[in-house]
Amino acid sequence: METIDTDIAIIGAGGAGLRAAIAASEANPGLSVALISKVYPMRSHTVAAEGGAAGVIKDEDSFDNHFNDTVSGGDWLCDQDAVELFIQEAPRELTQIEHWGCPWSRDDEGRVAVRPFGGMKVERTWYAADKTGFHLLHTLFQTSLKYPGIRRFDEYYSTDLVVVDGQCHGLTAIEMRTGQVRFFRAKAVIIATGGAGKVFPFTTNGAIKTGDGMAMAYRAGVPLKDMEFVQYHPTGLPGTGILITEGSRGEGGILVNKDGYRYLQDYNLGPPDPWPRKKAMELGPRDRLSQAFWHEQQKGRTIETDYGDVVHLDLRHLGAAKINERLPMVRELAMSYVGVDPIEAPIPVRPVVHYTMGGIDTDITTATTVAGLYAAGECACVSINGANRLGSNSLTELLVFGSLAGRNAAGYVQGGSQAANETTVNAAAEAAQQRVLELFRRKGGGESIAHLRRDMNTAMEAGAGIYRSEDSLQSCVTQMQALRQRYANVELADKSNVFNTDLIEALELGSMLDVALTMACSALQRKESRGSHQRLDFTERDDANYLRHTLASFAADQLPTIAYSDVTITRSQPAERVYGGSQE
Amino acid sequence: MSDRVVEFEILRYDPDQDETPRFQTYSVPCHEDWVVLDAINYIKDELDRTLSYRWSCHMAVCGSCGMVINGEPALACHAFVRDYPDQIRVEPLHNFPVERDLVVNMDDFIGKLTSVKPWLIAKDPKTIDEGAYLQSKAELSIFKQYTACINCLLCYSACPQYALNDAFVGPAALALAHRYNQDSRDVGRSARQDVVASNPGIWECSFVGACSEVCPKSVDPAAAIQQAKIASTGDYFLDFLMPWRNKAADDGSNDQ
Repeated sequence: METIDTDIAIIGAGGAGLRAAIAASEANPGLSVALISKVYPMRSHTVAAEGGAAGVIKDEDSFDNHFNDTVSGGDWLCDQDAVELFIQEAPRELTQIEHWGCPWSRDDEGRVAVRPFGGMKVERTWYAADKTGFHLLHTLFQTSLKYPGIRRFDEYYSTDLVVVDGQCHGLTAIEMRTGQVRFFRAKAVIIATGGAGKVFPFTTNGAIKTGDGMAMAYRAGVPLKDMEFVQYHPTGLPGTGILITEGSRGEGGILVNKDGYRYLQDYNLGPPDPWPRKKAMELGPRDRLSQAFWHEQQKGRTIETDYGDVVHLDLRHLGAAKINERLPMVRELAMSYVGVDPIEAPIPVRPVVHYTMGGIDTDITTATTVAGLYAAGECACVSINGANRLGSNSLTELLVFGSLAGRNAAGYVQGGSQAANETTVNAAAEAAQQRVLELFRRKGGGESIAHLRRDMNTAMEAGAGIYRSEDSLQSCVTQMQALRQRYANVELADKSNVFNTDLIEALELGSMLDVALTMACSALQRKESRGSHQRLDFTERDDANYLRHTLASFAADQLPTIAYSDVTITRSQPAERVYGGSQE
Repeated sequence: MSDRVVEFEILRYDPDQDETPRFQTYSVPCHEDWVVLDAINYIKDELDRTLSYRWSCHMAVCGSCGMVINGEPALACHAFVRDYPDQIRVEPLHNFPVERDLVVNMDDFIGKLTSVKPWLIAKDPKTIDEGAYLQSKAELSIFKQYTACINCLLCYSACPQYALNDAFVGPAALALAHRYNQDSRDVGRSARQDVVASNPGIWECSFVGACSEVCPKSVDPAAAIQQAKIASTGDYFLDFLMPWRNKAADDGSNDQ
């Protein structure tokens, strides 16, 4: 097996990975940084983020506002020291991206413009039309090209971390072009692989969002934190799950049911002002809006379509000029994929799995429990998102914590890591290679990857969706265990070397099954309702027992071990989340 | 809503087994709102797991699934089956080496992208504490269109010049160079000129405009290249600017 030596290896070349690579290179231009991704950087799913990135910039806004919106939006499960760091770094990171050329939309004076988003007291979302993630990703990718210390390994699928005696020594990855497994021997590793929305059937996430990095860390002994918290975005297109940005509601779009009624007023989000009132109605938080849809559906007030029930997102009153300037992609997507021009008609939408609040357990420095292993972005749980992420905090998060991970990994390498026994390390890498080769050798069983994936999707939607219960979750866990057994019988249909996507899909499915099981088991144990985790059998928040982070740890062929850790509370004591008119 | 059965002829090539590429046919029951990518995913999931291709976002923004569909470069996730006849031929992008099936080797493009220095080169870089640059809406509008490139490479597949001479820097990379050159915050034009204004740079373009026709994001690389030619000419041959511009316009209309 070929060994590639590097100071820092970064897995994932989306927003967080690119930002980490640049930060590490700037911290010490002499370091070698290997940026490893299963896709070319510009294919990473950061590209699909639309609405914007939050950072305090307006005179009438304040760090306190951003702090309070984030902590209450997260139903007090956020670690407040991490939120403090996040909100203070946010405008600096967004300014840095501006200096690197990001084409932020501007106001009449030529300053960076901001728009309101859900759960936000004062508008603070920087945006580049409705293609903010796309511009952010391409700006980072293009900027990264000028750093000679960054060496990219595009289309390398990472399979396993190499961890010996609690210290990370690198990772193994399949070079997809040749099918060969390589050992990246690194002094520090940063995981930046994004979310795992593909464990669910109906998601805004791209095909690549299979939770590989989370599963890798989990198998290497790092707990996955707060995995039961999965965000449904309230406005996805039926069928495809394509995201219609919250920015469309920030600009004044309204949600109506089959009677043309702005139903959100029935769920403590009113009054239904004709103008967009902050933190009310359509600008409420995502968890509340998606839950309101579920209740409307129960009441029979949604609209039936071939792809399930929908409500209507109406932008018509914004007028053609504003829609074309601020929401060009929304218009294009609606016209292409559901045949609706939002200038002429309302867009059919329904809640869709969008974001994993949980992830690899890290401390406030992005370090994990394994020495030399860091994680940042959606794959990590630091935790600033708590039980429900505020819209437009995630793009900023990947900048702030990606940057921090890059600097801290660089510092760790400069500090000199522990010398390792080379034989032991190489043996661990060989074992990882064998895991891949075993898949090639495996015979019989006749299980189809696609059908296993579909069964997993169905079980997760039914058992761990917007509303959950003991029965639904127990059934989900049982099905996941059965699926894991069936997974052991997957035989590759394609045993060739070059760009073997049958192999990659098999490995991705393994990652997803691990991640899905942590979601179901964590949800089953959390007997309360908080943020995006809503239990029909435990409908209230229970701070006495569950103002804690869930930690799910890998236990070979058994269910994950569930433990808990304290939430860091500095200056905001848990209180009722209040939206709509009653907040005044 | 009944499914329409469509015959997909897909180019297959595995360098370990095939001496030359071949076509393989699959019958796919297609929903009327499917895109070609949905049909290819159906083949992968239900008919033939050995088929390789790239895809991710399914919303025409990640740029992964560029393919040649019935002779035209297109994003498979944005090519609706309803717009095609009952036989659809799918090939990898033209003008690139085929790695496997519908997967092409993109190394050449990545090298060219890097060569035009697609990053902001500021005169006196501000510190973070000095805040963001000012940029008016009018200044933004000059280059905004050229920021929309998703690197899907449809333009290279369509470009007759790149087909003849793969040294040509090509539409997407030149459009991105132009994007930074036109950015009011940037002063890097001269640093990019040795590549942009070289022989295989903008002057290689014969202004057929195929790149702009196939661009799924309306970037219009052909316009970027023509603007760059004019600016480049202006640098040294200001006197000859007007006659050349007329000629370029003539060439363009003739070639269409």
